[in-house]
Amino acid sequence: MIARLIEGVPRRALLLLGVLLVALIVAPLIASDYLLTVLILILYFAYIGQAWNIMMGFAGQLSLGHALYVGLGAYAAASFYVHFGIGPWLGLMVAVPVAALAGAFIGFLAFRFRVAGVYFAILTIAVAEFARVGFDHWGWTSGSSGLFLPVAQYTHNDLWLLRGHPVMFYYVILAASVLAFILCRALLQSRVGYFWLAIREDEEAARSAGIDTFHYKMVAVVISAAMTSFAGVFYAFFYNNLFPEQVFHISRSIEIILGPIVGGIGTLFGPVLGAFVLTGLAETLTAALAAAGVDLPGAKQVFYGICLLLVIMALPDGIWPWLSKRIGLAERDK
Amino acid sequence: MSALLTVDAVSKRFRGLVAVDRLNFEVPAGGIYAVIGPNGAGKTTLFNMIAGVFAPDSGAISFAGERIDGLPPDRICRRGIGRTFQIVRPFPALSVEDNVIVGALLHRRHVVDARAHAHEVLRRLDLYDKRAQRASSLTLPDRKRLEVARALATDPKLLLLDEVMAGLRPTETDRIVAILKELNRETGLTILLIEHVMRAVMALASRILVLHHGAAIAQGTPGAVVRDPAVIHSYLGAEDVS
Repeated sequence: MIARLIEGVPRRALLLLGVLLVALIVAPLIASDYLLTVLILILYFAYIGQAWNIMMGFAGQLSLGHALYVGLGAYAAASFYVHFGIGPWLGLMVAVPVAALAGAFIGFLAFRFRVAGVYFAILTIAVAEFARVGFDHWGWTSGSSGLFLPVAQYTHNDLWLLRGHPVMFYYVILAASVLAFILCRALLQSRVGYFWLAIREDEEAARSAGIDTFHYKMVAVVISAAMTSFAGVFYAFFYNNLFPEQVFHISRSIEIILGPIVGGIGTLFGPVLGAFVLTGLAETLTAALAAAGVDLPGAKQVFYGICLLLVIMALPDGIWPWLSKRIGLAERDK
Repeated sequence: MSALLTVDAVSKRFRGLVAVDRLNFEVPAGGIYAVIGPNGAGKTTLFNMIAGVFAPDSGAISFAGERIDGLPPDRICRRGIGRTFQIVRPFPALSVEDNVIVGALLHRRHVVDARAHAHEVLRRLDLYDKRAQRASSLTLPDRKRLEVARALATDPKLLLLDEVMAGLRPTETDRIVAILKELNRETGLTILLIEHVMRAVMALASRILVLHHGAAIAQGTPGAVVRDPAVIHSYLGAEDVS
């Protein structure tokens, strides 16, 4: 299993991955509280970027509404916790199926009725917007006034209920990111991965090579939605408050896709690198502005815009395909 | 020989224009069958109906004794009909090898097995040495052979070739002709091809069907067809009589 996963990966790439992993594991020992929250945010975006990449980077289906799955996951787990005292891990049993169903619903509508390309993207936005408006008016989840999780003091870490110090959250999201990375690698090397790439490259040619494109696109959407919902559960328990205007907002969906675009769509390391570059630099900028005593609301968004512009103009495939060639880590062309 | 593919009174209209008009023919198992005819004769329409891109308006298409008209392209491929496109469409960002692995995975669960099969097919089509290249970096003749390789990797009983020789130099044409002949002889693969390059048709086909305005104007062995006055008049031109 492991042998298959690392088959064809250059030794130097493995070494680098190992160093990065060790660095991330020991990071909380030396990082300040502030740096730790930045790292949590980076890993959070690396994780969701990976999930979004399955749909767009692998299967070629552009979703601009991934906030939907984050929000559904977050609300499902949070409301079960608030109303019934059911912890987040059990809450996942609700969050994942709910998000997967939503993904299946969008996928079915689009793929059955041949809604493709930008129209598919618009459909994903529309459903996320429906959810935002719907949750705004749904009493059980406290509507637009927001759902709050009871916050306790950090006397001890309760991993089962996800209550505790940021360090615990850090390791949870680190583990999730590592698992997502491994899962994506395994998927890319499997039968379904090959079929996804074929669909991404040329759907009609894929069909004439015997691929049931409807089925495999559905699989991509459902896996991506299910994975993303975990990020929502994490979000709810980390931030302890949920507002439909925030979690379901289209700006959230855009935030999710920036990392993979900057890092490299369709690559395994792109979402990770993109999250580090974007979130890392944006937080540095925010900190620097704060230190200089400058108050510039929206500076982060402008910064994201500039980054996106630069990458699209200079490296349209993203930073990672270019960088990996530069440092001699390029894998066989996928 | 029994018929592997039977086209029975098949018609297709596009907004009143009759593309294929009550066409009948049978492709015997193990044969190489060519469809020729001038542009707009309905050849590609016929192919697209067999391959499932669209369904005939009337008539029936049977493959290995079962009706296949109206089935979608992926189901038809799974029944055992592989196809190439007139304008080649390999998966551009994938390597040559991965292109063929996609085809090979149709009837294989594991990538390892599919890769082994893909290598076999690539060797047969003289593409093995280029397996690590991106498909988009190939020359046209190589891309044409890659299309054939990907279709072959799906283990078809019938291979549909839509003008694979078009745009190739005579030496390249002869190379593909030799490869197809060998495939037909060694594996018993049945081939149905649309072709304009008469040099290839005459070298390959055991039977020829001539389409004109969607209808068959001649059917038979290559020798007989090229001497048919109707064929000469509508397609080959007078200078080909000799």
